Amino acid sequence: MENQYIISAFVLIPLIGFLISLLLSGNNERPLSRVALFTVSLQLIGVSGYIVYWIIQGMHPINIRELDIYNNGEYQFLLDFYFDSITAVYLFVGAFVTFLITRYSRFYLHLEEGYKRFFNTMLFFFLAYNLTVLSGNFETLFLGWEMLGISSFLLIAFYRNRYIPVRNAVKVFSIYRIGDIGIILAMWASHHFWHENIAFIKFNNSELVSAQMAQHGGVGLMIAIGLLIAAAAKSAQLPFSSWLPRAMEGPTPSSAIFYGSLSVHFGVFLLLRTFPFWEHQLSARILIGTVGLLTTLVSYSIARVQSTIKTQIAYASIAQIGLMFVEVALGWETLALVHFAGNAFLRTYQLLVSPSVVAYMIRDQFYHFKPKEISLEDTFPKRLEFSLYVLSLKEWNLDNFINHWVFSPIKKIGRKLDFLTPRNLLLYFFPIYALGLFLYFNQEYIYPPIRDFLPGFFAFLGMMLVFKAFSERIYPRLAWMLIIANHFWIALAVSFNETFDIHQTWIYLSGVIVFGIIGYLALENLFKKEKQYFDLNQYYGHVYEHPKLSLIFLIAALGLMGFPISPTFIGVDLIFSHIHEDQFLLAFFDSVSFIIGGIALIRIYARLFLGPHVKNFHEKALKSS
Amino acid sequence: MTQPVSSSLTHVLHELGHYLPAQSPLKDFVHHNTLHAYQHLPFHEGIQIASENFGYKVYWRLEKYRELYHAGKINDEILDRIITEHKGAEKLKHWKQLLIHQAPQEFPEPKVGKLRKLWRENYNLNLDKEVHNTLFRIVSSYLDQGIAIWKFPSESKGLLSAVRILEKNSFSTFIKSDRSRELLFSTKTRLEDLLFLLVGNEERYSQYLFDQQFAHPGWSGMVAGLENHPERLLDKKKVSLHDLIFLECLLEIDALDRRRGTKWTALAKHIPSEMPGIFEASQPSEILQIHSLWQEAFEWTYYDQVIKGLQLSHAKKAEKDRPSFQAMFCIDDRCCSIRRYIERFSPDCQTYGTAGFFNIPFYFQPEHGKFMTKVCPAPVDPIHVIKESGAKIRHEKDAHFSKHSKGVFGAWFISQTMGFWSAIKIAKNIFRPGPTPAMVSSFNHMDPKGKLSIECIHPDQRHHGLQVGFTVEEMANSLEGLLKSIGLVNNFAPLVYVMGHGASSVNNTHYAGYDCGACSGRAGSVNARAIAHIGNHKAVRTILKTRGIEIPDETQFIGGLHDTTRDEMEFYDLDILVKKNRLLHANNVQTFEIALDFNAKERSRRFNTINSKDDAKKIHDKVKLRAMSLFEPRPEWNHATNALCVVGKRENNRHLFLDKRAFLNSYDHRIDPEGKYLFNILKAVAPVCGGINLEYYFSKVDNQQLGAGSKLPHNVMGLIGVANGMDGDLRTGLPLQMVNIHDPLRILITVEHYPEVILNAIQSHAATYEWFINEWVRMVCIHPDSKNAFYFKGGQFFLYQPVTKQIEKVTNLDVILETTSENLPVYLLA
Repeated sequence: MENQYIISAFVLIPLIGFLISLLLSGNNERPLSRVALFTVSLQLIGVSGYIVYWIIQGMHPINIRELDIYNNGEYQFLLDFYFDSITAVYLFVGAFVTFLITRYSRFYLHLEEGYKRFFNTMLFFFLAYNLTVLSGNFETLFLGWEMLGISSFLLIAFYRNRYIPVRNAVKVFSIYRIGDIGIILAMWASHHFWHENIAFIKFNNSELVSAQMAQHGGVGLMIAIGLLIAAAAKSAQLPFSSWLPRAMEGPTPSSAIFYGSLSVHFGVFLLLRTFPFWEHQLSARILIGTVGLLTTLVSYSIARVQSTIKTQIAYASIAQIGLMFVEVALGWETLALVHFAGNAFLRTYQLLVSPSVVAYMIRDQFYHFKPKEISLEDTFPKRLEFSLYVLSLKEWNLDNFINHWVFSPIKKIGRKLDFLTPRNLLLYFFPIYALGLFLYFNQEYIYPPIRDFLPGFFAFLGMMLVFKAFSERIYPRLAWMLIIANHFWIALAVSFNETFDIHQTWIYLSGVIVFGIIGYLALENLFKKEKQYFDLNQYYGHVYEHPKLSLIFLIAALGLMGFPISPTFIGVDLIFSHIHEDQFLLAFFDSVSFIIGGIALIRIYARLFLGPHVKNFHEKALKSS
Repeated sequence: MTQPVSSSLTHVLHELGHYLPAQSPLKDFVHHNTLHAYQHLPFHEGIQIASENFGYKVYWRLEKYRELYHAGKINDEILDRIITEHKGAEKLKHWKQLLIHQAPQEFPEPKVGKLRKLWRENYNLNLDKEVHNTLFRIVSSYLDQGIAIWKFPSESKGLLSAVRILEKNSFSTFIKSDRSRELLFSTKTRLEDLLFLLVGNEERYSQYLFDQQFAHPGWSGMVAGLENHPERLLDKKKVSLHDLIFLECLLEIDALDRRRGTKWTALAKHIPSEMPGIFEASQPSEILQIHSLWQEAFEWTYYDQVIKGLQLSHAKKAEKDRPSFQAMFCIDDRCCSIRRYIERFSPDCQTYGTAGFFNIPFYFQPEHGKFMTKVCPAPVDPIHVIKESGAKIRHEKDAHFSKHSKGVFGAWFISQTMGFWSAIKIAKNIFRPGPTPAMVSSFNHMDPKGKLSIECIHPDQRHHGLQVGFTVEEMANSLEGLLKSIGLVNNFAPLVYVMGHGASSVNNTHYAGYDCGACSGRAGSVNARAIAHIGNHKAVRTILKTRGIEIPDETQFIGGLHDTTRDEMEFYDLDILVKKNRLLHANNVQTFEIALDFNAKERSRRFNTINSKDDAKKIHDKVKLRAMSLFEPRPEWNHATNALCVVGKRENNRHLFLDKRAFLNSYDHRIDPEGKYLFNILKAVAPVCGGINLEYYFSKVDNQQLGAGSKLPHNVMGLIGVANGMDGDLRTGLPLQMVNIHDPLRILITVEHYPEVILNAIQSHAATYEWFINEWVRMVCIHPDSKNAFYFKGGQFFLYQPVTKQIEKVTNLDVILETTSENLPVYLLA
């Protein structure tokens, strides 16, 4: 019992600290930084003490069924915590690094506009971090995972009055979310694999795992691949690597904690956490090891040519994380944990002292200059050397890769729907949807073979709407309504699939409706105030003149994308549980529209509210800065 | 390899170089007027045109002026006076109404960038997005001074030829389209050919290039600067603005070809004929005029008190008794307060201020150093070098910067071992800051135990074409010039201190900007030590005696260094002191220690981490720690309070509290009736102090475009500059953290001499005169006899009647300093 209290406290402390920090005024720095420091110190003391106690008790893994958020008998959404040696290491390193960085930032951010925002976001991140690390099942993990994505977005876009940070924040958020497809599909597949929302502790029961594996080998591999995608995206492994250096846009300490040490090691965490599950799948282990190894080689070459200090550290760190993937794949858990902690500390320090590199290296050069040092590559044949150099300088085209294969095609498809406008959307939407509803209530009219296709078809329609929302350039309100419409299509599609309590559909749609209306009203309000600066073709920076509206819209957007402030979050998981094991396409369409919908919403927020302010009596940075 | 460009394009390139930011690589950061290109125009006209051309903010925000007005910090009477003077008495009411109530409006749309928008409008293509990343990455790798482990592989015969070699011999390329590759490899391609493809209309070439380059002024300015001053890099790179533009045009053609295939043509046919060029004249907008009137009123509100204060001087007529000691400091505004405290704790001493290279320009070659470093004002080209010998090596290594931590296996090992050590190091620095190899300390500039080759032994002995050391004659000339310009020609004290200054910091990319500006961003220790040696030189004294300066035998010079960040002092060559002076020095050192404690205490009122009410000594300890704290983005405030430069006898301003806002240059008009030394002083003061002042001004009023923005997200690029994040342009100007507390005022230079002599002095050098006549710095003359003030305008001096009736006399200055943190008005010291 005391375990339950203590472990829950490790989530409650950051949560309370975060909530208090929200209430404090932004005009006074001291109380803000004190609350943050107190929260993190308390956590550090608690975590250290508890770990010692736990080691003395014999280091047995602990699982805590914390809170039944939703239960209808066959489906259960459970907040579940788990504590083992992986949790212990991550929890301690996280608390220690955050403690140092919080104290560091107290002074470093003095007089910075957004002091409050910074500490709010840091504490929010800290909450997400602890929740993820302590999570005992996929649902809890996903909860933390989503919060990490948003806190990351907010910290990269900390300098929201400049163009590049905002653009890169959207970019990183998008890649994070693409990775989330992996985790959603893994969750879906694991419903069918275990016939329940499995707690991680059960992975340790190797008989159970191998028994299931014998039955659903294919699904097992799919889960492993899903996890790998999620892990690779969060840890900047191939092919996602290029986001990490681009995330270095916030104040240096936030880059250090996020992208130097904690956030970027979550891929490794996910693999360690699920290792007992894919341990016996040789193909999965080979795949994971190969991704790690290739990433190490590629990012090592990129690190060598970087002429800027932060990107050099970023790529050097990616290379080490690649090695950690290899270590995990080989089953060397302890080594990977030591490696994680060491790498996290090392990169944090390197990033923190990165401004010193000028004075240090210039002095070093002043006393030790040699005109041209022969490097390893100079011994290669010229053509190979030059090709490798150029390729590395271009980051092996990784930045274009995702764009070319994921986002460009989506935009192209979306543009095909350019005939939609805010005026005619309802004209198209209502009749078709009404037809869908009519069919739903009168299923006897449908020719049975067609009936099987309908769920997939409706989900596909919903996905198209999301693609259009993602590529919309003119009408923010249209994009917003399209996302809402998509949720309705998904609800319809899944309802066709299986008969279940309409109540569950309402859980899913209630969040959509409430936040959809709030967001729409916010957009309407903004449109009234800023008629000439209201489209999605550029960044407008309305947050300066309308900060409250901006916050309301952000919250609405989060709710609509199924962020854990809205019942839709549970609804999404619930809806997924009604997609059958063999309906891969339906699951795919649903998860893609969930993911891309989120990106489209953040894109609307960023374009309208962030970026250099369009009115030029505000200070305005060049686009290239 | 590159083809010559036509004369008109050469002219455009030259113009571009002139307008682009002229910032050196970080290690040589020197303050200069950010908008120097407009200096040939009167201040307000120049900056308003700059604003309309390039979209800079050139004044403070309107609300800020109004806030000051309502807080009484802009004087109402002065505001009326200013409006009347500029707009006439009959329009006073109208303009005042506008100033106080006009709603904020958008400024006119800048003329730069209009042509570039046409690409997006007509071809739906954001060329900046297509080209910038690649261009920045190539240039940054090419110029890199030592961050990359694998350096740019082809030799540096020029940017363009290096790229050509790379592209020719690589399977992976930056430039893809057949046409652009042909253009790249053909030795016949000229820049005009590329512009013809892109623009098509020769009349718009210049405008196109301005648009293109001002989309990334940081990199362009750096390249333009390095083209003319390749010596600014230790690892030399040949580069030119022409090559950069050529490459950028090629990348643009390539992007257009790739994206649009054959479906694009030159911009010419899309350019509306009425689109103005960048430099086409336009009417100054009303909103800018409103700002300019506010600015004048803001400035004169401060100037007014200063003028009144200087008129109140009551210098004792008779020469005083022999002073206890004399101390020369740099003119720097940071020396303003330390001098005040030294005088307070040793009332019978005298302090002097002069440019901190102490009139000896030379290069310094430290022992073990592979390069020489210039220690005199940047525009001066020294012909001497002073070499150091017998010094110990003074730099430590830190494995965190090593390239092994960036590899695969090395890093694998390092992260599992040293990684944990890093955790301890961060924790240690956060809780107990201490010296690290990463920090910069002014005391490391020179080893006090080393020997300096100050005297020239063999005039033919050359080091890189420079004479090693100074001849006796040269030494005598330097010292004579120094002493006469500050008015120290008789009544020498037993000890004369010459104090250079420098700064310490850690995690500070702009560290060079904190050291002595008169020593090209280095500490002034070598200069101070050298001039003290010269002052003690027997043969030099003999020569000076023939020139009317008699230095008594018992007088000895001591060189020293004041670290303005840590408030510590160091003295050199004390073993030459005679016994009596040794005792006196020991006594003076105690005075200095107390003065340093109090100076630290005064500075601490601007530091949020320190309680200024604590005991001075305790505060001083904290200030020292602060300089070594990784988390402290403001080790000191540098010149952030500068607003004033006073040229005249110290006796005539010693009674004033000027709150570290003044550059103080000692000068005695009686020694210099013709203004010969005055000319030398003003020739240096206008560009140096004016440059510092205007760089602070513009970095403050437009921190995003003319300043470097917040330094917290800065990323070091190739050791030469900083950018935000990964893909950004280089940021020029000062970071926000250097200007938070700065009030953007133009510097007021006051000179104590007769108006006609001053006029004569400033008019004898056109470049100096430009600063004054165009009012980029303001000038006021204080008549030495009548104490009347005259302000300089349009080539003449006019009588100025201060509005301020009296200056408050403070008896409790320490209390005021403890309890306030804003800029303080002028006070009379009790």
